[in-house]
Amino acid sequence: MTHTTLITGRWLRAQYRQPALIAFTLVQPAIWLLLFGQLFRGVVNIPGFGDSSYIAFLTPGIVMMTALMNSGWSGTTFIADMERGVMDRMLASPVSRGGLMAGQLISNATTTVIQTILVFAIGFAAGARYDGGAGGYAITVFAAMLVGTAFGSLSNAVALLTRQDEALIGIFQFVSLPLTFMSSIMIDPRVAPHWVNVAARFNPVDWAALAARQALSAAPDWSSVARHGLYLVAFTLIVGWLSTRAFRTYQRSI
Amino acid sequence: MATDALEAVDLVKTYPAGRKKPRLRALDGLTFSVPEGVVLGLLGPNGAGKSTTVKILTTLSRADSGTARVVGYDVNRSQEQVRRSIGYVPQKSSSDPLATGVENLVLSGRIYGLSRSLAVRRASELLERFELTAVGDRPVKTYSGGMQRKLDVALGLVHRPRVLFLDEPTTGLDPEARAELWNEVGRLSGDEGLTVLLTTHYLEEADWLADQLAIVDHGKVVAEGTPEALKAELRGDSVHVELVSPDTDGLVHRLLSDLPGVGEIVVEGNVLRARVDHGATAVPAVLGALEDKAVPVTAVTVSRPSLDDVYLRYTGRSFRSVEGEAA
Ligand SMILES: Nc1ncnc2c1ncn2[C@@H]1O[C@H](COP(=O)(O)OP(=O)(O)OP(=O)(O)O)[C@@H](O)[C@H]1O
Ligand SMILES: [Mg+2]
Repeated sequence: MTHTTLITGRWLRAQYRQPALIAFTLVQPAIWLLLFGQLFRGVVNIPGFGDSSYIAFLTPGIVMMTALMNSGWSGTTFIADMERGVMDRMLASPVSRGGLMAGQLISNATTTVIQTILVFAIGFAAGARYDGGAGGYAITVFAAMLVGTAFGSLSNAVALLTRQDEALIGIFQFVSLPLTFMSSIMIDPRVAPHWVNVAARFNPVDWAALAARQALSAAPDWSSVARHGLYLVAFTLIVGWLSTRAFRTYQRSI
Repeated sequence: MATDALEAVDLVKTYPAGRKKPRLRALDGLTFSVPEGVVLGLLGPNGAGKSTTVKILTTLSRADSGTARVVGYDVNRSQEQVRRSIGYVPQKSSSDPLATGVENLVLSGRIYGLSRSLAVRRASELLERFELTAVGDRPVKTYSGGMQRKLDVALGLVHRPRVLFLDEPTTGLDPEARAELWNEVGRLSGDEGLTVLLTTHYLEEADWLADQLAIVDHGKVVAEGTPEALKAELRGDSVHVELVSPDTDGLVHRLLSDLPGVGEIVVEGNVLRARVDHGATAVPAVLGALEDKAVPVTAVTVSRPSLDDVYLRYTGRSFRSVEGEAA
């Protein structure tokens, strides 16, 4: 636990020494929001939202997408540590492997919170309104943190296994595209092809988007929020545990 | 008799060498031991297995077979105790470049369980000792290579380990900084009884700093002893001849082999090295033989055995030629 706190501190310090980076990572979601908001305005009509605009539908999805995209970069910090001797020094110290993983992810999660708030601000400026209240926002933030943590830990694991930025980014791009499009992030399930809906059922990013959208709506289906939230928590714990085991694989290869 | 602080017995470590190739044997039955408070120098050419040995002893990597103990703890079974007892300075720089020197040291101290105030005190003490106080609050990425290396060593010392592993600690340091580090390490082992395992490419460093040397080649210890004992084992003098052109057809080698009292002949490019019983009598004979066959010579030197000769004798390569390849 102490180790987790210490490692978290290290990454927080590094992150907030470069606040410009956080702003930079917002460019993409802003473009998605504004571009798609314009493109599809009025094309899809979604019931269940007080002001059923497409931008209101889109924003929670873009929050999850932002969390996903940024989590992909997570592993590059591990690679930088491995390219220097930092990782090796840490691994030869009594620091817990769980703390090494969790500390970095917690620090990332704080960025996710900030980004989520900013994406909502952009959505709000573009006209998105929600009836769900504070609880809805809190659940959205929490779901986004889980997405960032789960995929961030996977990114760290891939980093430990491949030890190459190129490989890491390549793999992540390969994975993030289907995760984004085989989901209800941009298209209402009722107008999407059947197979997309089937695939989306197994997509953790979609679980997060569904839970958030429900929680933000006027009359949330809490059982759906709870079910998808639970899936997401379980998924995060499992991949977090698996990813921590990647330290062993790394140590076996050096 | 003090117990051994480090003990490695028959360590074998293999790495995959690529598809369909047999695995590479980085360590091939490596054995050595180091008593407490002693500085052991591991000396060997690139790829000899020095870093691999260090990684296994620091619990970072695991041997395929063999056993290793650090201050009595088995590196496989008691990893936690081993990790608490050691400081590790990897071959690559091990500080976080985005953090300051102080932040690096404090974090490291706290990982080993020091309280915040104690870690801060220890950090400033070490910065002082390594003459980094002035840059302590600057991010490490703004440090020079030598400053970073000194910080690396400081990082290995924060928690007052009983054994310190230094993997090529002085590579990239200027002669002055190197001498300072030698003094510091010498002081730590002398005054505080720290056991040090040092790998190095510098023979002067090994000669100056190490109480004991182990020459490693192809994953085995090929010679060990104090630097003095190793040098004393070599009889006679070494002769060093620079030829005008390289000995491509092996003529020079053959000529010298025929001379009495000349052995261990090694020709590398246009440099010829040999071991002779008596320098004074051998040189005229060597030059005479070369002159007979009209082999032109640029320079000849005779010297008492040095560690370089010891190295040459056991690894079959001259130290300097190895350095040349590495550069
Ligand atoms: N992670 C690895 N994967 C594959 N082979 C490795 C790995 N690490 C080391 N080796 C190989 O094992 C052998 C020993 O390497 P090691 O790093 O121990 O040498 P060294 O004596 O430290 O050399 P140097 O003086 O260059 O640092 C080399 O042939 C090296 O190529
Ligand atoms: Mg090495």
